[in-house]
Amino acid sequence: MDLSLSPVSGLRSPVCGDRYNPIVSPGRSVDVLYTPESIEALVYERDLADPGQFPYTRGIHPNGYRAKLWTMRQFAGFGTPEQTNQRYRRLLDAGGTGLSVAFDLPTLMGRDPDHPLSRGEVGKCGVSVASLADMETLFDGIDLGTITTSMTINAPAPMLLAMYLVLAEQRGTDWGTLSGTIQNDILKEFIAQKEFIYPPEPSMRLVTDVFAFCASHVPRWNTISVSGYHIREAGATAAQELAFTLRNGVEYVEHARAAGLDVDSFAPRMSFFFNSHSDFFEEIAKFRAARRIWARVMRERFRAASPRSWQLRFHAQTAGVSLTAQQPYNNVVRTALQAMAAVLGGTQSLHTNALDEALALPTEAAATLALRTQQVIAHETGVVDVVDPLGGSYFLEKLTNDLEEEAMAYFEAIDGMGGMIAAIERGYPQREIAESAYRFQRAVEANEQIIVGVNDFVSGEGAVVGTLYIDESAGERQLARLDEARRRRDGARVRKTLDSLQECAREGINLMPALLEAVRAYATVGEMCDGLREVWGEYVEDPII
Amino acid sequence: MSTKIRVVIAKPGLDGHDRGAKVIARALRDAGMEVIYTGLRQTPEQIVAAALQEDADVVGLSILSGAHMHICPRVTELLREQGLTDVLVVVGGIIPDADIPRLNEIGIRGIFQPGTPMQEIVDFISRHARSRVAI
Repeated sequence: MDLSLSPVSGLRSPVCGDRYNPIVSPGRSVDVLYTPESIEALVYERDLADPGQFPYTRGIHPNGYRAKLWTMRQFAGFGTPEQTNQRYRRLLDAGGTGLSVAFDLPTLMGRDPDHPLSRGEVGKCGVSVASLADMETLFDGIDLGTITTSMTINAPAPMLLAMYLVLAEQRGTDWGTLSGTIQNDILKEFIAQKEFIYPPEPSMRLVTDVFAFCASHVPRWNTISVSGYHIREAGATAAQELAFTLRNGVEYVEHARAAGLDVDSFAPRMSFFFNSHSDFFEEIAKFRAARRIWARVMRERFRAASPRSWQLRFHAQTAGVSLTAQQPYNNVVRTALQAMAAVLGGTQSLHTNALDEALALPTEAAATLALRTQQVIAHETGVVDVVDPLGGSYFLEKLTNDLEEEAMAYFEAIDGMGGMIAAIERGYPQREIAESAYRFQRAVEANEQIIVGVNDFVSGEGAVVGTLYIDESAGERQLARLDEARRRRDGARVRKTLDSLQECAREGINLMPALLEAVRAYATVGEMCDGLREVWGEYVEDPII
Repeated sequence: MSTKIRVVIAKPGLDGHDRGAKVIARALRDAGMEVIYTGLRQTPEQIVAAALQEDADVVGLSILSGAHMHICPRVTELLREQGLTDVLVVVGGIIPDADIPRLNEIGIRGIFQPGTPMQEIVDFISRHARSRVAI
């Protein structure tokens, strides 16, 4: 009996097809079986091609993970630079292969630890870095020439990048050898995470200043990580994450070109960051669709000539929002499955969440187990041996097509509004995401969406995990460190560099050289950001519910 | 004047993760309450001013950043100073168990940790908000 290829299109699974499934994008149902008919129009050379070939649906490297495993990059940061430095060293000792800095909220918002708005927030959600002195401690004993570092920072991205560059300079490490990523993605801040400072236009200028500066001075640095992660965490569906992220990418390319940059001078250094969520096949399809859309957009819309401009490289993180405070050990399983989806989707780098992250920042034991999860996938399961092993699956290819189609419909809508900044100003992506978040929550409450241990299978609760508690002492130590750094520097020199920063902002001169000078003088993040606040003002969001 | 329960939902501190605040705001509105969402980065002073101005019965704080032990006492203190002692104050977000007794002590009556159903929050507020008499 042949069970493999009977076309039964239209037959729906009684379990999945007719059930409202809020994780799958609204409007798309899932059939019980997929057959060659599902992907009749697919042309291998045009739509898939071998890995390493345009449009890169199957991956950007011909040999996939045989050539190089993904980078196991665990996002970490808490308390003082000393505490975080210790965590980094332990992660590297445990086999981590890259660093990823989580900054605290004051740093993310360009406020020094002694600002009134920083009260109670210093070192709580990440590490506090106020000046070059903190950066020196953060990377103490870590060779910047061999490690790759990702820094999750957006509105003050150029300031923190300048600190990293000056640190390298102090240690005699050539900028040409530095490798890593600065998130530098302000559009998704306006859309989802909301850690913005300045209005959109000057914010975009900061982004493109980094593009231009790195193209000539830090050639191996990824100048942006266009991020869908936060958009998804805010409640977007997979299709919305895909669409808004890639459309943000388009907006950056347009702004950089308007600033006079040649597309092939900066596009190869653009990187992406996606969520790896719970709907297994949809996530794999999303990563594949992302590569195909980006390749086509770069070649056809922007006429990029370099294949490296066409290739979408991405980092993935498992879905923080899927973690539950109830039965926290279930999170290990969720994270493993989500990580597997990211690997099958061909991620270049991966963060796996720790089991206790619905409760607090992870303990060292929990963070280590999260890293071990990646190592098990890489070294025990065999999934790394074959490139795009699910390519050709009727279901996966159909999903890839569907997601591309849904994303392109959003592209059209946003283009019609005059671009992403215009769409953000009218609240369009924000509203779409809020709608999806509310729909999901209602589905959970109605038990249409089961979350194990939360709205079903709740018996046997009581597993308690010890969590990391960050008390006020980190904040107090940071205040003392800040005082010390201010005492030791030459105040007149700091003032001069800040004046020059403001002048460059007014004159439209690339801000990176002025920021490097300010950092060398030990100007703080808050001082540099305030200097630009005075010139550009601050962005205030219209609250939408 | 309406007899609807009036709720100010506020997002204090530097954190911008507003998914929870917005979802709860919609749930309360769908449950028939009058909801005023203050938007991001409100200081305790601004939140209490909004409560006063909006004649709020309830103030709901959404805090995920770990700054709750700084923010909550300040809000309840300012409410007391303004004589708004009958305003129900609730907080939702990442609140460790260890902090709950202290939050109760300073007058935070509802504390909603991750995974709390929206309906539970709606019910709690309906039960505990000060009664409003139609004029």
